[in-house]
Amino acid sequence: MKFGVVVFPGSNCDHDALYATSKNVAAESVEIWHKDTNIPSDVSCVILPGGFSFGDYLRCGSIASFSPIMKEVINFANKGGYVIGICNGFQILTESGLLPGTLLRNESLNFVCKDVYLKVENNNNIFTKDLKKDSVLRIPVAHGEGNYYADDNTIEKLENNNQIVFRYSDVNGEITKESNPNGAINNIAGICNEKGNVLGMMPHPERYSDEILGCNDGVGIFNSILKNINN
Amino acid sequence: MNTYKAKIKITLRKGILDVQGKAVEQALHSMDYDIMENVRIGKYVELDITAQNDGQAEEFVREACEKIIANPIVEDYEIEILEQA
Repeated sequence: MKFGVVVFPGSNCDHDALYATSKNVAAESVEIWHKDTNIPSDVSCVILPGGFSFGDYLRCGSIASFSPIMKEVINFANKGGYVIGICNGFQILTESGLLPGTLLRNESLNFVCKDVYLKVENNNNIFTKDLKKDSVLRIPVAHGEGNYYADDNTIEKLENNNQIVFRYSDVNGEITKESNPNGAINNIAGICNEKGNVLGMMPHPERYSDEILGCNDGVGIFNSILKNINN
Repeated sequence: MNTYKAKIKITLRKGILDVQGKAVEQALHSMDYDIMENVRIGKYVELDITAQNDGQAEEFVREACEKIIANPIVEDYEIEILEQA
């Protein structure tokens, strides 16, 4: 299978995503330029990488969500294609309406750059199918606007439909206020759409995909995609 | 066709914690401006628009606000349309 990594002006985790998917995982991976108007037909999972697309002007992800390629990404997702948005990619997914809610400024007002623990809340989708439910991953975050917000009805819907894929937790998987790096409602770190083919998450699994970095907890997500798309 | 100037004021919706506003409020209080409170920080956008009349200009600007200029999930906006001299 092939991953397609979209490169926007200001993306800075595109190469990490390419590396993680082509070197740490036995998949192929290609870049897709934001001005392209089609997704290569052999790409079965699109990655919207982290970074500061268009300098975070206006709102994070807002301008990127109107890039020519995003029309195609939206069509691709609506037809059941798999899309994962990481950090700025998550912000682009909410701005483009593929995922509900929005990412507000961190409650602390600080840019947070550190390792966090994530509890796998749901493995009913290809992204986490091979991870154990309730297992805990150590993954880094690096963002200033990661404070997930949606109105009460949307949150209730997300909870009831099991659309919350990852929550910030402590090392033992306890969901605590202290383990929440940005003030996100219900410690939400990652959600998927109703169909389960679009995932957005603030933490960076591509940054912890190589053993040489001392932790490769992130690689499980890419392996899960690879294995379950092929099946 | 006429040219108008649109002035758009964007604020975080009431009830949504404005962490920037809160930080500025704390700074004001530390400067002994205890008389000041409820600081809210927003954005101001100005643009020129060509339209048949002010009503149509406002309609287009509102459409653009809903799509990109504001985030209707968390932000409110006010539009003012002025005829260009």
